[in-house]
Amino acid sequence: MEANEYIPIDFFCKQHGVEVSVISTLHAYGLIEVYRMEEIEYLPLAELADAEKLIRLYDELEINPEGIDVVIHLLKRIKEMQFHIQLLENRLSLYEENA
Amino acid sequence: MSFIDYYEVLGINKNASEDDIKKAYRKFARQLHPDLNPNDKDAQAKFQKINEANEVLSDPAKRKKYDQYGEHWEHGEEYEQARKANSRPNASGGQNFSGDFDESNFSDFFSSMFGGASEGRGRAQSKFRGQDFQSELTITLEEAYTTHARTLKINDKNIRITIPAGVENGQTIKLKGYGGKGVNGGPEGDLLIQFVVSNAANVKRLGNDLYSTVDLDLYTAMLGGEKIIETLGGKIKLIVKPETQNGTKIRLKGKGFPVYKKEGSFGDLFVTYNILMPTNLTDKQKELFKELQNSAL
Repeated sequence: MEANEYIPIDFFCKQHGVEVSVISTLHAYGLIEVYRMEEIEYLPLAELADAEKLIRLYDELEINPEGIDVVIHLLKRIKEMQFHIQLLENRLSLYEENA
Repeated sequence: MSFIDYYEVLGINKNASEDDIKKAYRKFARQLHPDLNPNDKDAQAKFQKINEANEVLSDPAKRKKYDQYGEHWEHGEEYEQARKANSRPNASGGQNFSGDFDESNFSDFFSSMFGGASEGRGRAQSKFRGQDFQSELTITLEEAYTTHARTLKINDKNIRITIPAGVENGQTIKLKGYGGKGVNGGPEGDLLIQFVVSNAANVKRLGNDLYSTVDLDLYTAMLGGEKIIETLGGKIKLIVKPETQNGTKIRLKGKGFPVYKKEGSFGDLFVTYNILMPTNLTDKQKELFKELQNSAL
């Protein structure tokens, strides 16, 4: 575990003005990954943007963890569908240009 | 710069209580928050409007000033000076949302009346990641065929990027840290570049496969032979079987488009033969064809 790849959770919470318990709750619902080393809990830096998004959904929009889970799942589905639409548009253009 | 009716923006009347404002704001925020509407500029613009409306109406001092001057906002500065002289600083009880947008995006109306976003309210001191920028880059099919470097000018900065071979039309790549500046010292956002890969005239692409139509003279189609074709990867010699029919499709394995980020791996090339009928036949040629016709009966 490289120190520069993780951020201590208490520091992260202080920066965002949220209680550490918020992270614990999100972690308990499997929405956030938490690493423990020598009694200190960390968040991976690579997942910082995702963690910030979850905090906003939880803290600002007051969406509960179950709701966040649904929202994240649906956002993922939307992204996949947008990708498929793009693929279909590409495929369609093949025929349109030939017509 | 025109007057903005913040009550109308939030869909409430002028007598709305703090609770009504909060409820109205929450309702819109849940619909329009940037985290729930990624890449939706329309939703983002609306969200900024309701954020601005909430910024004013949830703060008793700002709301009072807004209600008092409203459409005559040009006099806001005079009011401000008078207020400062007569009152102590007012604590606010509102809450405003953050997200992947820049707080400096308040309207000119707001800036003129209140001088920009307030400080020290709610989560304003929190660090937030900057806005993600989006850009579109058009490249030709030939360019997408090979890995190549390209220099882009983003916000007066030259950024050199390497475009891997096989990039797909509509595909987006992310350049970390090249987006908007973070809020309150937060990290920079990302730059998302979406590729528009234009089609070539003689070849179509579908995923990693290429489709091409090749003209073939009647004699080679009937008797067989060789045909040299030009592809994105260079010239290829095709062996044409005797009695090849018009519209025959052949598959050339591994002669298609490079697979994205899989060096040495290629899709297939599908070639459709378009057999050309001879024109302007001489009398002799016509005779020979008649002979052929009779022998086939």
